[in-house]
Amino acid sequence: MLSTFYRNAINSSLRNVKLMDTGEGRTFDRTDDPVQDQPRALKRSLSKEDRVYEAAAVAGGLSTLVILAFIGFFLFARSSLVFSEVGWGFFTSLSWRPDASPPEFGIVAILYWTVIISIIALAIAMPLSVLTALFLVEYSPRSLRGPLRALVDLLAAIPSLIYGLWGLFFLQPHLVGIARWLSDHASFVPLFRVNEPTFTGSAFVVSVVLALMILPIVTSIVREVLEQTPPGEKEAALALGSTRSGMVRSVMLPFARGGIIGGSMLGLGRALGETIAVAIILSPSLIISPRILETGTNSIASLIALKFGEADELSLSALMAAGLTLFILTLTVNFIASFVVARSRSGAGVDA
Amino acid sequence: MSTVLSETREFQVEPASGTLIADAVSCWFGERKVLDRVSLEMRPLTVTALIGPSGCGKSTFLRSLNRMHELVPSARFAGRVLLDGEDIYDSSVRATTTRRRVGMVFQKPNPFPSMSIRDNILSGRKLSGMTTPNPDEVVELALTRAGLWKEVRDRLESAGGALSGGQQQRLCIARSLAVDPEVLLMDEPCSALDPTSTMKIEETIKEISDHVTVVIVTHNMQQAQRVSQQCAFFLAAENQPGYIVEVGETRKMFSNPDDPRTEDYVNGRFG
Amino acid sequence: MRNLSQTQDETLPGDTPRSLKNWRIDDFSLLAGSAVAAISTTWVIYTALTPATGKTGFFLISYITFLLLYVMTCTLELGKQNAFDNMWTVLTWSAALLLLAPLITILLYVIIKGFAGLNLDFFTKDLSATGTLDSGGGASAAIVGTLQQVFIAVCISVPLGLLTAVYLNEVKGRFRRPVRMFVDAMSGIPSIVAGLFIYAVWIIALGNVFSGLAAALALSILMLPTITRTAEEVLRLVPDGMREGALALGATRWQTTYRVVMPTAASGLITAIVLGVARAVGETAPLIMTSFGSTAMNANPLNGAQDSLPLFVYRLIANPFPAQQQRAWTGALVLVMIVLVLFTIARILGARASGKRR
Repeated sequence: MLSTFYRNAINSSLRNVKLMDTGEGRTFDRTDDPVQDQPRALKRSLSKEDRVYEAAAVAGGLSTLVILAFIGFFLFARSSLVFSEVGWGFFTSLSWRPDASPPEFGIVAILYWTVIISIIALAIAMPLSVLTALFLVEYSPRSLRGPLRALVDLLAAIPSLIYGLWGLFFLQPHLVGIARWLSDHASFVPLFRVNEPTFTGSAFVVSVVLALMILPIVTSIVREVLEQTPPGEKEAALALGSTRSGMVRSVMLPFARGGIIGGSMLGLGRALGETIAVAIILSPSLIISPRILETGTNSIASLIALKFGEADELSLSALMAAGLTLFILTLTVNFIASFVVARSRSGAGVDA
Repeated sequence: MSTVLSETREFQVEPASGTLIADAVSCWFGERKVLDRVSLEMRPLTVTALIGPSGCGKSTFLRSLNRMHELVPSARFAGRVLLDGEDIYDSSVRATTTRRRVGMVFQKPNPFPSMSIRDNILSGRKLSGMTTPNPDEVVELALTRAGLWKEVRDRLESAGGALSGGQQQRLCIARSLAVDPEVLLMDEPCSALDPTSTMKIEETIKEISDHVTVVIVTHNMQQAQRVSQQCAFFLAAENQPGYIVEVGETRKMFSNPDDPRTEDYVNGRFG
Repeated sequence: MRNLSQTQDETLPGDTPRSLKNWRIDDFSLLAGSAVAAISTTWVIYTALTPATGKTGFFLISYITFLLLYVMTCTLELGKQNAFDNMWTVLTWSAALLLLAPLITILLYVIIKGFAGLNLDFFTKDLSATGTLDSGGGASAAIVGTLQQVFIAVCISVPLGLLTAVYLNEVKGRFRRPVRMFVDAMSGIPSIVAGLFIYAVWIIALGNVFSGLAAALALSILMLPTITRTAEEVLRLVPDGMREGALALGATRWQTTYRVVMPTAASGLITAIVLGVARAVGETAPLIMTSFGSTAMNANPLNGAQDSLPLFVYRLIANPFPAQQQRAWTGALVLVMIVLVLFTIARILGARASGKRR
């Protein structure tokens, strides 16, 4: 049975309806309407099936968070051994000598080279990516665009191992020639000087291969972002008498700035963590130097890969600590990248 | 009332600066023809309004006047468009030069949001490769002609995207004027704006027609009556290409047109 | 009667479309001329003037000279603005070709080096009976290992990835934004870190031995973000109208997702899985510390070190003996072929998925 309140409310609204039926006009003064209009709480009552389903989905969603947390936790736990041995020295020492007494583990030189090769790789890849993305969006013949996109994606799908093999056996001899030429003729630039004329396994060679590996990632993101350029602005530039490149420079590139930065950072993150291609090519060295053309470089990921086989318990703990450092580094870079892309004018619709 | 074109397609009158003549312009998108041999003379320093129901190819015609039509990949074109007697579609003429001489204002205002108001005005000159020895004067003149100077003179460095819709449209007009065009094409410039802004823009149109030839596409017949001196009425049957039914002085077109279809349209019997 | 101001004259200046090409013979000759001049100049520099060496150096210098000459001649002929415009066109074309060149050389190089070792033995025998100098034996252990490990990884990561995608797009839970951020972050995990993690948890903490299962666990961590993100994109493309229609008919949310949304997105979801598999197949680093690799066949993924194709290649390429290296290259060729096939399947499915939606 309906309560009095509801009955009155229904009656009064029915009254209004009746009046409308008879064709009499009526103006409505909202202040004398007795019916309250507080929003009602709408409770979802789900069937049992749906409750299980939603719980499972939530579990799935949270599993990502859980996994990441676990990774951080376990790596940290396993590194405690080496931290108790060398303490903060891990972050200040340059040497990695498990057989010394006392054993020395330091990540500084390795971190230095990791960052250097990644930055050089990005410096090479970023302009090429932007130009390639522009080609895909503006300059290429329309019929070729689909296949070209597929080729870029294919480059991304090639395993790191293959890049390493190709880089070592095919590309390196060519790059060595360039490196030699640079060190001979361009040594006024301190970067290009060498102490000994060995050019294999250098930061330069590793960086070039890394650049090729991150190129597809950055290109895809920049392409997606460029495709979102508002057509009205592009038309406006052309209607003012601009050439195509003028329109690109004044409308498309400023619009894509967020995506370019975010995409580059994602590429940087990928370069930082790249393992096998680097491990195959490089000639490990723990010396910090600006001589990128000379043999001898390093990276945290390749260190772990190469030293794992012969590691004793303490060394293993040191490798775990190195892994933790890399984990935090790449996570931070990737977070910032997603943030930059999402916040930018261009990134609103992009899946980075 | 009639066009200047004679049987032999020669000109009898010396074209003044800012004379735009369309000579049997046809436009296609792929296989679909949307304009059929439209000819029209747009007299210098006057406002010509292109009216007609939607879908008749008025905008396409407008865009063929400054070579924006060909930016669509499947677009095709036939005929000639003569600017001061010279065919802008000739292979010796660069499209970018034409677009500087024949400016365009679009339906949706599109100032460059990442640039300041001042940079927006100067952007046209920069993009079309003009040198600007006196940028402040150019900015002031363009904004004054567009009727926006008093409102924004104190905030020339603020972003172009931060203005209201009507102000943005006047900014776009100023930007187009800054490159010193001979003709200004306007594609339904007020349809996205409120009535007050519309009024301001109509005032602006009347003023700038002292310096540039104006061709305006509009759905609003009252607007055509208010701003234009000459009108061209476009029509298209379903799935047929558009064409001009009648061209004439605005006053005559709206009071005493020659063609019965024109009369039906301007009296609101269809549209 | 048609309009009054137009003649119906058939000799109107053409009703056939005009050619509006911007590219004229002058432009082409500018380009070709600069190219020829650049190459000849570089040739002179190389042979007569400086003792520079190397083919690559030659190409680099010719290219730079070409660019300079082209810009100069364009400026003289067409003006600064158009010269700039042409330069950008050349630059973007160059970038695209630069991208294409490595792709082609990689594929060709691997095919050329690996082809010689392709024979039936490669796929049917393992290396337990081969000495270091012998050329018999093959990669059967590695291939079996790869297949098993990837299969297990798929069984783990696909349900989890689909559930996460469903959470993000269908259930739209409260933690949507952080979860999406974390999925993105997870896709950036270095593969070696995933391997270290599983080593720390599964092998050290839980005391298990090296096994294919451990490798599969590491691989699923790497596959998960790829599957999740691609699946989420695909689910997002399913029109809301379908979901609303199902709900309006009285379906539960589970039924809507399971019977309406997922079948619609089916080919897209399979594409997501295939892309995830393509990623996993080529991963080497995490395998070093989880399945460890071996020369003998181990068909039990749950117990004992197991070989897999990437480890096979990685291990053998470092070996100085030509027979071993040949095997490594053939293994690399097989790996590339697998990735190519998976990639092509993913694209065909993806094209069909988007085509269907039209």
